[in-house]
Amino acid sequence: MKADPKGVLTGEHFLDGDFACAEGALAAGCRFVAGYPITPSTEVVEHFSRRIPTVGGVFIQMEDEIASSICLQGAVWAGMKAMTVTSGPGFSLMMEHLGLAAMQETPCVFVNVQRGGPSTGLPTLPGQGDVMQARWGSHGDYEIIALCPNSPQESFDLTVDAFNLSEQYRVPVVMLMDECVGHMNEKVVIPKAGDIEVFERRWTKSKPGEYLPYKPEFDGCIPGMVKTGDGYFFHTTGLTHDERGYPDMTPECQERSVRRLVDKIRKNADKIVRFEEDGVEGADVVVIAYGITSRVAHEAIAMARKKGLKVGLLRPITIWPFPEKRVAELSKKIKSFVVAELNYGQIFYEVQRVAAGRVPVHLADHGGGTVHEPEAILEKIEAAAKRS
Amino acid sequence: MQSTAQTPQSAAEKTCHKAEPFLRAERMPHIWCPGCGIGVTVNSFVAAVEKCKIPREKLTIVSGIGCTGRVAGYIRLDSIHVTHGRAIPFATGLKLANPGNKVVVYSGDGDLISIGGNHFIHAAHRNVDLTVICVNNLNYAMTGGQVAPTTPAGARASTAPYGAYERNFNLPHLAEACGASYVARWTSLHVRNLTHAMSEALNKKGFSFIEIIAPCPTLYARLNKLGDGLDETRFYQKNYEIRNGADPRLADLSLRGKIIVGKFVDRERPTYLETINEYYKRTLGERYAWWGPKSNES
Repeated sequence: MKADPKGVLTGEHFLDGDFACAEGALAAGCRFVAGYPITPSTEVVEHFSRRIPTVGGVFIQMEDEIASSICLQGAVWAGMKAMTVTSGPGFSLMMEHLGLAAMQETPCVFVNVQRGGPSTGLPTLPGQGDVMQARWGSHGDYEIIALCPNSPQESFDLTVDAFNLSEQYRVPVVMLMDECVGHMNEKVVIPKAGDIEVFERRWTKSKPGEYLPYKPEFDGCIPGMVKTGDGYFFHTTGLTHDERGYPDMTPECQERSVRRLVDKIRKNADKIVRFEEDGVEGADVVVIAYGITSRVAHEAIAMARKKGLKVGLLRPITIWPFPEKRVAELSKKIKSFVVAELNYGQIFYEVQRVAAGRVPVHLADHGGGTVHEPEAILEKIEAAAKRS
Repeated sequence: MQSTAQTPQSAAEKTCHKAEPFLRAERMPHIWCPGCGIGVTVNSFVAAVEKCKIPREKLTIVSGIGCTGRVAGYIRLDSIHVTHGRAIPFATGLKLANPGNKVVVYSGDGDLISIGGNHFIHAAHRNVDLTVICVNNLNYAMTGGQVAPTTPAGARASTAPYGAYERNFNLPHLAEACGASYVARWTSLHVRNLTHAMSEALNKKGFSFIEIIAPCPTLYARLNKLGDGLDETRFYQKNYEIRNGADPRLADLSLRGKIIVGKFVDRERPTYLETINEYYKRTLGERYAWWGPKSNES
């Protein structure tokens, strides 16, 4: 299905990543945002709240992030596409409802424009310390999808993709941005509505009375959805539930239902995973970096190449699921990895796990507050090239 | 043979409880203890749903966590069971996204007033068009009788073994002060008044709130040596006082004191969505894309 032209601001614009994210949501058909102000994500909701009264939809500024992260899920079960927007401290408060969306299989988008942490940390400055939180932050076992843009253009494009993936897999999708990408102004090209693919909600084909809310109906693992008001008299709960949506707190039901939540992402990882490569073939050292850090890494790699080193870049676009198959393949071909990220080692450990001791993995860490100096990454590349 | 074959069936139809079509019979037996007041309130609710004339498919029920939080799971409507304290913000999204539907939040005192207190005051203040039904059993029952912000001072609870010492919330006063359009309190003894109040609340535009004082024989009553559910109901019978229109500030609950019941507030205020629509229509004029039905429905 194509995008509804009402929400699509076709043309060439000079936008920051936060505004581009709001435009991406509108293009994807999102007409409901529940938010709470927090730097550096506020511009997303500011822009959405300016646009939505004339497009047709709802923006509500809730009393806190706990409320916004569940308010949007009410809107989804009433039939809308919906999003909430925050940064680190608010993301911590939203963990409860990231888990609820995973459990009830509510398609929705959580935007986290990362800043430096922990706690209140660095409100106006960048960080990439929420990568593991996005993956593991809510209690219990589940899988999500998280996307990591490195430019305002990609903030637009990936927000559209985030909505599409959330509908396709009935899963909460996290837009894991960072302060630099959120506040950076660049050219953003918004295509014509007819050129934007929008994934329609997977409405059930069952009739009222026959409908089982959690019986897989699509792709062997995705249940069909309904909305309130259509006479289905459905039930859904955050408790472990059977196909009828009724609580069933037995180990057997837990195994059946939670394994499906996990498997629907793990078994489709090849279809979901996206990454970008530059000069990886024939490289001795591959730098893995995402978000704003990938752009600094790009500069460091150019400097290393000038010194005659064979260095490539692997940029995960889906940070979750992690492109582990590709990293495993590379670990058999190259001599060493360098992971550059604005934290003290998160994806670093993921790469170590996947490389499984085949090649050394070096960490170019940084506590955030600003980005790496390219020289700091270059230093790690040189050390990696020497030792490997 | 034909007539005898039909007899048991028609007899069964006749003996079917009037609440049954509204319940998920396949989920019975429910989890509530003998003598608990929640089931009685559900009976009133079902009667009110019939009475209020709202088409059933246009009615959604949302619950949080706790004993009363299980109500949504037993009612044959679109029914949604969410996280602890968060039924109101979920219901807010549900209502705003589909303004033609009526949304009921049915939960307990711990869920709505303690962990969900912030959401409660904001939804009442915004006058979101929701009906909030709070069964107040004066303690956290599902987790084993812990003290709640509604536990009267002096009452014992598992985490107040020497008695509660904090001042307890007066829920009608809280709802009124926040701006609710409709506020009433009854006990689980007052089945007919409650049914009437629920029906009124369902048809009331804006934030409507009903508190129901109900017995918890397993925990609150046992820990305070108050007897069983019937004893508690007898206590309500002796100590209730109907004061419709009373200032809810006078409706404080105390341990073994008078229980002031009645309809305290019934007023007209624009709903949250009416406010949005009217404000934007005024400021943006023709450019504004009206949200929801244009009739009186909010």
